[in-house]
Amino acid sequence: MIDKKWIGYTGPEVRFDIERGRLKFFAQAIGESNPIYLDQAAAQAAGYRDLPVPPTFLLAADLDSNELFSTLAKMGVPLGRILHGEQGYTYYKPVCAGDSVTVRATISDIYDKKNGALEFIVRDSTVTDASGELAAEFRSVIVVRN
Amino acid sequence: MPEQKAINVGDVLPEVKLPPVNRTTLALFAGASGDHNPIHIDIDFARKAGMPDVFAHGMLGMAWLGRLLTNWLPQSQLRQWSVRFLGITNLGDRITCSGRVVEVFEQDGERRAKLEIQTANQDGEVRIAGDAVVSLS
Repeated sequence: MIDKKWIGYTGPEVRFDIERGRLKFFAQAIGESNPIYLDQAAAQAAGYRDLPVPPTFLLAADLDSNELFSTLAKMGVPLGRILHGEQGYTYYKPVCAGDSVTVRATISDIYDKKNGALEFIVRDSTVTDASGELAAEFRSVIVVRN
Repeated sequence: MPEQKAINVGDVLPEVKLPPVNRTTLALFAGASGDHNPIHIDIDFARKAGMPDVFAHGMLGMAWLGRLLTNWLPQSQLRQWSVRFLGITNLGDRITCSGRVVEVFEQDGERRAKLEIQTANQDGEVRIAGDAVVSLS
């Protein structure tokens, strides 16, 4: 069982630079063909500063920094046992290529079901832009198969 | 900007149909998303973890649902959304993303719609289900 002391743990601030090439790679990997996600001129014609970050992309901040997986390792959770349970996003400001954002995650809950056969880790992350304003929030629920 | 369309309860979003999931898709998504968990790209690791083979990242399915939403209206109108991953998407699965408008309401000074969205495989088994709130203003 995961030690409940991890509830309330807040990880370090992670700086994440949004790169245009990475966004194109992501768009291609998900089969996106809408030019606003692939072509800077099309994005600007649609009113964006540059390629917009697609709706699910910001989790990459958590993954590139290895913050999510290293936190799980510290909690004693093996990667082979995890499944993604839930994911949600709330948006306040657009984030585009060329932006640099800061992401910080807090473990807001840990609970179990089926007498501990399944454990759930709830992580809430904030995304702030270079001016310090909240751009987005996201929540991840990780399921651990024991 | 696309012209404003009338949106009503019961409206159905144009479906997004994906080709069968293959290993290349998973390898590319691992790199692009930053999720390098070997359970999605390394069959040896997956088998040691008790799975018969690698399987799709949940976030790949959610990214496809993102396409469903942004194909339908500009991303700047997407306020919030969340999904539950109900079942594994396997190699070879042919996923269809679908959604419909279930409510139109006022919130924070704007007209909004609530959508129910899902992915389902070729057997009609729902793999991911969730909802989204979009601005209609």
